[in-house]
Amino acid sequence: MDFGSINPVVLIATLMVAATPILLAAIGELVVEKAGVLNLGVEGMMIVGAVSGFAASVTTGSPYLGMLAAIVAGALVALIFAVLTQILMANQVASGLALTLFGLGFSALLGQSYVGIVPPRTEKLNFGFLSDLPVVGRILFGHDILVYVSLAVVAGTWWWLNNTRGGRVLRAVGENHDSAHALGYKVKRVRILAILFGGGCAGLGGAYLSLVRVPQWTEGMTAGAGWIALALVVFASWRPWRVLLGAYLFGGIMVLQLNLQAAGFRIPVEYLAMSPYLITILVLVVMSSNRARTSLSAPGSLGRSFHAAG
Amino acid sequence: MLRLEKRPSPSKAWNFATPIVAVLLTMIAGGILFAILGKNPFEAIKLIFWDPLFSEQFAAYSRPQLLVKAGPLILIAVGLSIGFRAGIWNIGAEGQYIIGALCAAAVALGFYPGEGWYIFPLMIVAGAAGGWAWAMIPAILKTRFNTNEILVSLLLVYVAEKLLAAAATGFMRNPQGAGFPGSRNIHQYAPASNQELIVGTGLHWGVVAAFVAVIFAYILLQRHILGFHVQLAGQAPRAARFAGVAPTRLVLMCMGLSGAFAGMAGMFEVSGPARLISIDFNAGYGFTAIIVAFLGRLHPVGIVLAGLLLALTYIGGELAQFMLNLPAAAIQVFQGMLLFFLLALDVLSNYRILLALPGRNPEAA
Amino acid sequence: MKRRELLATSAAALGLAATAGSRALAQSPLKVGFIYIGPPGDFGWTYAHDQGRLAAQEHFGSAVETFYVDNVPEGPDAERIMTQMALSGADMIFATSFGYGPSLNAAAQRFPQIAFEHAAGYLQEAPNVSLYNARFYEGRAVIGTIAGRMTQSNVIGYIASFPIPEVVMGINAAYIHAKKVNPDVDFRVVWVYSWFDPAQEAAAAEALIEQGADIIMQHTDSTAPLSVCQQRGALAFGQASDMTQFAPDVHLTAILDNWGPYYIERIQQKLDGAWAAENVWLGIPEGEVAFAPFNERIPAEVQAEANAMIEAIRTRSYHPFTGPLNKQDGSAWLAEGEVADDGTLLGMNFYVEGLTGEIPS
Repeated sequence: MDFGSINPVVLIATLMVAATPILLAAIGELVVEKAGVLNLGVEGMMIVGAVSGFAASVTTGSPYLGMLAAIVAGALVALIFAVLTQILMANQVASGLALTLFGLGFSALLGQSYVGIVPPRTEKLNFGFLSDLPVVGRILFGHDILVYVSLAVVAGTWWWLNNTRGGRVLRAVGENHDSAHALGYKVKRVRILAILFGGGCAGLGGAYLSLVRVPQWTEGMTAGAGWIALALVVFASWRPWRVLLGAYLFGGIMVLQLNLQAAGFRIPVEYLAMSPYLITILVLVVMSSNRARTSLSAPGSLGRSFHAAG
Repeated sequence: MLRLEKRPSPSKAWNFATPIVAVLLTMIAGGILFAILGKNPFEAIKLIFWDPLFSEQFAAYSRPQLLVKAGPLILIAVGLSIGFRAGIWNIGAEGQYIIGALCAAAVALGFYPGEGWYIFPLMIVAGAAGGWAWAMIPAILKTRFNTNEILVSLLLVYVAEKLLAAAATGFMRNPQGAGFPGSRNIHQYAPASNQELIVGTGLHWGVVAAFVAVIFAYILLQRHILGFHVQLAGQAPRAARFAGVAPTRLVLMCMGLSGAFAGMAGMFEVSGPARLISIDFNAGYGFTAIIVAFLGRLHPVGIVLAGLLLALTYIGGELAQFMLNLPAAAIQVFQGMLLFFLLALDVLSNYRILLALPGRNPEAA
Repeated sequence: MKRRELLATSAAALGLAATAGSRALAQSPLKVGFIYIGPPGDFGWTYAHDQGRLAAQEHFGSAVETFYVDNVPEGPDAERIMTQMALSGADMIFATSFGYGPSLNAAAQRFPQIAFEHAAGYLQEAPNVSLYNARFYEGRAVIGTIAGRMTQSNVIGYIASFPIPEVVMGINAAYIHAKKVNPDVDFRVVWVYSWFDPAQEAAAAEALIEQGADIIMQHTDSTAPLSVCQQRGALAFGQASDMTQFAPDVHLTAILDNWGPYYIERIQQKLDGAWAAENVWLGIPEGEVAFAPFNERIPAEVQAEANAMIEAIRTRSYHPFTGPLNKQDGSAWLAEGEVADDGTLLGMNFYVEGLTGEIPS
């Protein structure tokens, strides 16, 4: 029963893997929310991605084709949400919840013939001698491709949002859709694209569960990961690098508490499990109360429908 | 190209027609789904929509059950709809529902095995107060720190769920329950029991409360100054401020009311149909109620109809499952489609669809 | 009083209607409904029950009609579904999760002519409620023996779901028998507070392996821990069904939940009009607890030892909880040769001597 038995290097390497599904889903949702849209259907999109990726990789024998399929499938179900909320002006909260309900059922139907199958294995990337280096070898060079992809998506999203015209347009649309419209930006087109991106990321996150993390297909296997991703975006105050931090913190808390238990410590699991959410609320309050830093708070048009007055 | 033009006020005709069209479309799409799954689509649709209402075998039981299933949904949705009209987004009703049930259960278990007519009323108060207090957290954070209430109320759902698990496996665990998670059976503890009102129907006080809430909301919105403020704040926030609507008070009122209703719904469920606190006590009512509120177009009467329609798909869906050996997932997809169609067609009541011909710029007119 | 009488009358009325419905068709098959907590495709708990249902259906052919509703939450929905099944003419209903208890008993009081069977429950508030469960601890004793013999690191990891007697009993049974063959053995228990959360279970398996465990046991339903073990080279046991395909190299065996024989027996009794409420707890002797084929990695002498123990339990010459055994705090529990009674086991809320850590409460 001592802390010494918990190896921090291994802990970090494990939490990176544990956090990858929620990281992918959260970075996608971040872009969606930055565009001013609140999609509560993350869980539904993740699980459709999980089953589609699984089915495609079992059929083709390639986990990479499966991941691609998961992106496409996630984006396709997101398209339902996009059509409802952007073209047909339906309420975003209700549509997102309906999407989760639909996604959970639809994935279960699709996956009926894939229960009890082992998918083709996703190998860790081969970095040669680098993987054998002490400390950094395990943390930096000991993972499968999706861990790196998730990091690249975070970096890419950060760069794109801050340094490109497209990123600026997206943020403008999210902050104030009326002004953005007045400036001639295509509010709906931007939002639909953002929603599709969010769906693709969520789908890929789901596929990470079914192809790498678990790997198998079972009904309801995302077990609430999509909802955690939603909380993460808020925790991160809509900043990509903080999503990464938040996901790793969240994954870290989970992995650490399991490790502490395994090392023989008695910890109040049922109360510890609440802590990430309470911390997130605290972060949210601190951010929003500091009026000098309004740039950190929620996008101005979040959750509101946009209709150009003709 | 098609173009949408906002109607000055929602179309009455479409208001009534869209739900019917949506149900018909769902029947067609659902029928195709059931056919793909190898089941007789006509039989499936009949089992879902017709048998719970009219079959000799089931209707006597399932008609009142529609009210039992819809009761909590309606009660929660009515509370939410008032806030939604004012642009105040409490999406954490699920958490308030749980906390209401926990508070009510705490009162019941605290008095156990005592007698007293006051226990049940006290539980109602505790349930409402619990839900109210849980909703006050996002409300106060909103008014004091301008924190987004959508996100805080949602986050508090997770916290409430963990509390529920801790209660069911720990501090509320039935000492005579052979170590299993779950509290004492509150329904069997007479002074705390939410009894059947008409024998054999399952109808309980929660259903009555739901209808009282509907009438209350109707009067509030139609006749009371607060109702006027709510409408104004939702439609024209700036005008509302000039008209002397205090936004802080409005947020506290709306969040508090919806929280109290959700807490009461939890109270009636835990002392009635659910019978006790268990790990899975919250069956998603708080989230489903959001959908009900929107399907009912935030109108009290609409909410009653939407709640009953959804309850019908649950109860009929269960029949279809075991009569035709359909998986639960098929019914979930079917419900998802129904919601999609209802949400999608709503556009027809609020917007006019125009055919924008090339060469004629409608904006110029 | 009055209310109760009224209740009984109305119940009888409802019940009669149901009976009339089912008996109207002469020679109609016996209708048997099942209520599942999860999907039949979970490869764990519900899968095993569904296999049992299918076995019964095959055994009886057209004389019996089985049907089910899956993914039924424990609460008001369960009671309504049971009532609807009853109204549709069901003669017998099996509810396969402990949380259905209150709903099932309420439904049973309404339909006294229907046979209600409740798995893993403890409430019997009506004469037509029967309880059944399996002595999984017998299986745990056997895999505990195998684990004790095969561990190199002397650390065995245990992924536990909720701190309830069923789970605590399993940990104790496994530990006692691992300890018996390997006095140096150490158990590490991780509570995940879920029956089914693949990602969390995988993380728990990894944490245990990091803590030096070279064998993982689980009392949760997903196959995720096995996949982790396969990748990391740790040994593992399946849960509820044969999970070899998920970890062909390291899956040593699995405790199988074999409900088929019980379902067949009870349905036969109902057909014969000989059904009566019982409270049964069956295990290896009746074939309700069985094992997946042993992996060839288990040395022959260990296989022989395990088989000998299975045989001893089958012939009832050995009970896995036989004294002398002390509780964790050192106080005496069972004296030399004394056998634990079922009541104590079903309410077990303590570790036996030697286990470290506490049971969360």
